[in-house]
Amino acid sequence: MKILVAVKRVVDYAVKVRVRPDRTAVDTASVKMSMNPFCEIAVEEALRLREAGASAEVIAATVGPAQAADTLRTALAMGADRAVHVLHDPDPARPLLPLAVAKVLRALALQENPGLVILGKQAIDDDCNQTGQMLAALLNWPQGTFASKVIIDKDKQKATVEREVDGGTETICLDLPAVITTDLRLNQPRYATLPNIMKAKSKVITKVTPADLNVDIRSDMEVVQVDEPPKRKAGVILSSVHELLDKLKNEARVL
Amino acid sequence: MAILSLLSSSRTRLSGLREPLRQAGLSALLTRGAPPHARAADHGSTEFSSPGGHRPPPLHWASVGSRTISSDVGMSLTQYGSTNHALTLHKRFYQTLRPQHPYCGPRASIATIEAHHSVNDPSEVQRRTFGSAAKSIQRNPAYSVLNSEDVSYFKSILGDNGVIQDKDRVAVANVDWMGKYKGASQLLLLPKSTNEVSKVLAYCDSRRLAVVPQGGNTGLVGGSVPVHDEVIVNLGGMDKIISFDNVNGILTCEAGCVLENLSTFVENEGFIMPLDLGAKGSCQIGGNISTNAGGLRFIRYGSLHGNVLGLEVVLANGTVLDMLTTLRKDNTGYDLKHLFVGSEGSLGIVTKVSILTPAKLPSTNVAFLSCNDYMSCQKLLLAARRGLGEIISAFEFMDRQCIDLAMAHLEGVHNPLPFSPYKFYVLIETTGSDESYDKAKLEAFLLRSMEDGLVADGVIAQDISQASNFWRIREGISEASVKVGAVYKYDLSIPVEKLYDIVEEMRSRLGDMAEVLGYGHLGDGNLHLNILSSKYSDNILAQIEPFVYEWTAGHRGSISAEHGLGQMKAEKIHYSKSPEAVQLMASIKKLVDPNSILNPYKVLPQSAL
Repeated sequence: MKILVAVKRVVDYAVKVRVRPDRTAVDTASVKMSMNPFCEIAVEEALRLREAGASAEVIAATVGPAQAADTLRTALAMGADRAVHVLHDPDPARPLLPLAVAKVLRALALQENPGLVILGKQAIDDDCNQTGQMLAALLNWPQGTFASKVIIDKDKQKATVEREVDGGTETICLDLPAVITTDLRLNQPRYATLPNIMKAKSKVITKVTPADLNVDIRSDMEVVQVDEPPKRKAGVILSSVHELLDKLKNEARVL
Repeated sequence: MAILSLLSSSRTRLSGLREPLRQAGLSALLTRGAPPHARAADHGSTEFSSPGGHRPPPLHWASVGSRTISSDVGMSLTQYGSTNHALTLHKRFYQTLRPQHPYCGPRASIATIEAHHSVNDPSEVQRRTFGSAAKSIQRNPAYSVLNSEDVSYFKSILGDNGVIQDKDRVAVANVDWMGKYKGASQLLLLPKSTNEVSKVLAYCDSRRLAVVPQGGNTGLVGGSVPVHDEVIVNLGGMDKIISFDNVNGILTCEAGCVLENLSTFVENEGFIMPLDLGAKGSCQIGGNISTNAGGLRFIRYGSLHGNVLGLEVVLANGTVLDMLTTLRKDNTGYDLKHLFVGSEGSLGIVTKVSILTPAKLPSTNVAFLSCNDYMSCQKLLLAARRGLGEIISAFEFMDRQCIDLAMAHLEGVHNPLPFSPYKFYVLIETTGSDESYDKAKLEAFLLRSMEDGLVADGVIAQDISQASNFWRIREGISEASVKVGAVYKYDLSIPVEKLYDIVEEMRSRLGDMAEVLGYGHLGDGNLHLNILSSKYSDNILAQIEPFVYEWTAGHRGSISAEHGLGQMKAEKIHYSKSPEAVQLMASIKKLVDPNSILNPYKVLPQSAL
């Protein structure tokens, strides 16, 4: 069985994002870019399933510009077997939407015939949390979203997925092939070791375009403007309780 | 509070980020740019400090027993760690210390040993009580005693707000942040300008009142707190940025500016401060300069002797020495500013500084490696200097004992190389201008080193959180070491090829009595030697001292690499400096400060003055 893992290149989680001066988008020039943390978890889970014998091959896929190949290299250095890079140069005014990505992934899934597609539950840049669900719908496959535990039964071709829901844990059983999206507690991703980084250099990254896959990724949404949240006003230091009470009563009007 | 301020001080390398991320779930993930955990580091003591609110509450030591910290030389800031857990631990740990002068007191004065169980503390922390003779430095009777006329004079210069006699506020300024050293000053002065500092010193000199200059009070050797009743002159009120030349990156500011504020300021201009240390949220630039603080960027940007371009200093008699040039080159006569870099406030009070700031570079990569022997670490250092020369920004090493300790005692840290134990670990950081070029260069270098057998195994951080995890291990060692019970710390400079010998010798001397760890800034030849045991004991101490000092002296090393001498090691200077050099230092001291009012009982041995 193959596992297809979708990964996304995003501004590093630890970077403080800034809006570009022309307010068209977030500034990504000379900003550290990394793999979306949820995607890292997805790659890790696919590798663990392969190591447990549930799968024979892990294929990492991404949609993005030439630099997104770095993110695929990271997935390969973690241990993925090969990668597919769907080239797409972003246009800040017309961002790539989850539906377009889901269509691309659907086309890849139909090509590769994986038993399982694993995605991060959301990307930390646009926070959409839609791609996995849309992909499952387009493929008409069952979906296990926000997975915190995944068990594959190869013989019965079933996946048991534990999901963290408001009231506790929900356990569902899916027929394969299926789509799974990962939550934070699913696993702790491994580091890329030097021997694996070395091996990754000789692994294949196949480059295709959306047109090759017959997918129209035209966006029908336009970004009008991007603004930073309003700056928090500086606090004041008061000299007495009386002053505090006065401010609470007359300025804040909470008393 | 010092801990809190350290915690909130921001660094880009988040410590233990991945774990909070997991614990806090989505909300953590969605809050980008939430205040990262402080990076604590084991360098950089600075003496100058702001008095209020920037250190653990000093109220508890009266109630608990005290403890020998005789060899606890480099109490490092790393112990502050980056978790709240560390915070609690820290308070618990330090509030039990009674200020004392372990190096000065004869060992015979150690009176009793008491084991103390705290209700909240499952692990037994042993404490000791010193006898009454703990203080061996006698007050120099030549100094006058403060009287009410003095106070009125100071009020006439500084105003009522600049003269603090309030017991609680003075008490805070009397103690260092670790609670290890405590003075008995009655008066805290807060000048707002060079002129005010000048008038204060001129008066003190004429009256022969001893003075201790103070900044952020984050030092590790008791240099910034009074020994007896010295008047505390705190520079915290002088915190203005005077100018910034954004072409050459030259910053001119007052001495009381907090390092982190300067850092934020210059970063907005596209530059960085040439030094960075764990105490950055509290320590002040004047104190950094007065103690010649080392820190994390040392291997790349070098010492403050190279980065400080000019100083304004007030001498003991009130003379304002204007050396505040902003020139890169200036060979006119003796370069006097160097006398004030690292002299720990004993020659003058730094009031203004101009400092060279390097450009901020966008790309950082971190690798965590293992080596089979110490020789490989050295070869790797040399190879890194050659192969990564222009981008290397840190080369830190740790032995396996450090890693085991960190894994056992730090929360949320996991070993990046868990599969086989190695003897040594090395952390390499590169900083450069081109992300993909730097990464390719680092990868190629590491693969080559691995083929050459210098590196046994290794990992490269793929994102900033992984990088912070690697740093967290290195920086958490000191924090982890205090969790064991007793820790004896030494901050030594030793030629790199001999650097690890002392660790092995110490291990064979101590045998089963204690665990010996070696880690530090290999790139700078700076070893942090930590000796851990479950409790303090005279036996262990006798095995360590004076051996460690004699050994270091025998290899022409330094007994204080980056922490300074302060009051802790003033009497030990002979181990690292010849009698002639000490004599010349004493002559300079007598020339510049004939009444010896500035920071007495510190830096130089009393016998030399």
